Amino acid sequence: MSTVKKFLFLNRKAPYGTIYALESLEVVLISAAFEQDVSMAFVDDGVYQLLKGQKTDGIGMKNFSPTYSALGDYDVTKLYVEKESLEERGLTVDDLMDLKWEDEDDDWAEKDSIVVVSAAELADIMEQQEVILSF
Amino acid sequence: MAILHIVNKSPYERDSLTSCLRDAKSGSGLILIEDGVLAADKRGKFAGALGDASKGMKVSVLGPDLDARGISRDNVVDGIQIVDYAGFVDLVAEFDCPQSWL
Repeated sequence: MSTVKKFLFLNRKAPYGTIYALESLEVVLISAAFEQDVSMAFVDDGVYQLLKGQKTDGIGMKNFSPTYSALGDYDVTKLYVEKESLEERGLTVDDLMDLKWEDEDDDWAEKDSIVVVSAAELADIMEQQEVILSF
Repeated sequence: MAILHIVNKSPYERDSLTSCLRDAKSGSGLILIEDGVLAADKRGKFAGALGDASKGMKVSVLGPDLDARGISRDNVVDGIQIVDYAGFVDLVAEFDCPQSWL
């Protein structure tokens, strides 16, 4: 018997300065492998994880940002970005990676994985979860 | 004694940069590294404070840390110089004492 639960991964840290962003991705992929209903939220400095154009050659660390593009293939298709956090940092959705997933129930139409939501909308999304993991 | 202030924390998450700017003297240096480079984005809310600071202090930011985080070098606040690791070492040598704000 398998139980599917609604998991939300709450990401609040910038990438590379700490290990949180990378560890979150690891656990997201593990959860997806166990066929859980996985969503991700990007709040505060977490929004920096999704910035396009990350180039890590100069700091000698692995650039893990391409991994976000692969999440759709693992049925991780709900990436909520908090509008207030973007605005505080002078960023817009155009500064973020263009992440897509293919909807097999809709003739494999390409759809956006990133959804910009207000704090109030995110509060509702959090209420609908069964498990929230913080990174 | 001219101090080189080193800030490695995001200004949105910790008050290291704010405290540093409050307690730093004119004529000292400031270098932003690691998550501290997020302050140097001219679109962000710390642009004004850093622009003001750069009038009295030598303010620098570590280029490789900007690149890693996807912060375009074109978006760095005017008056802040972008340095590489060798430039960081030069700054440490140039000032009398490095001070890390953890």
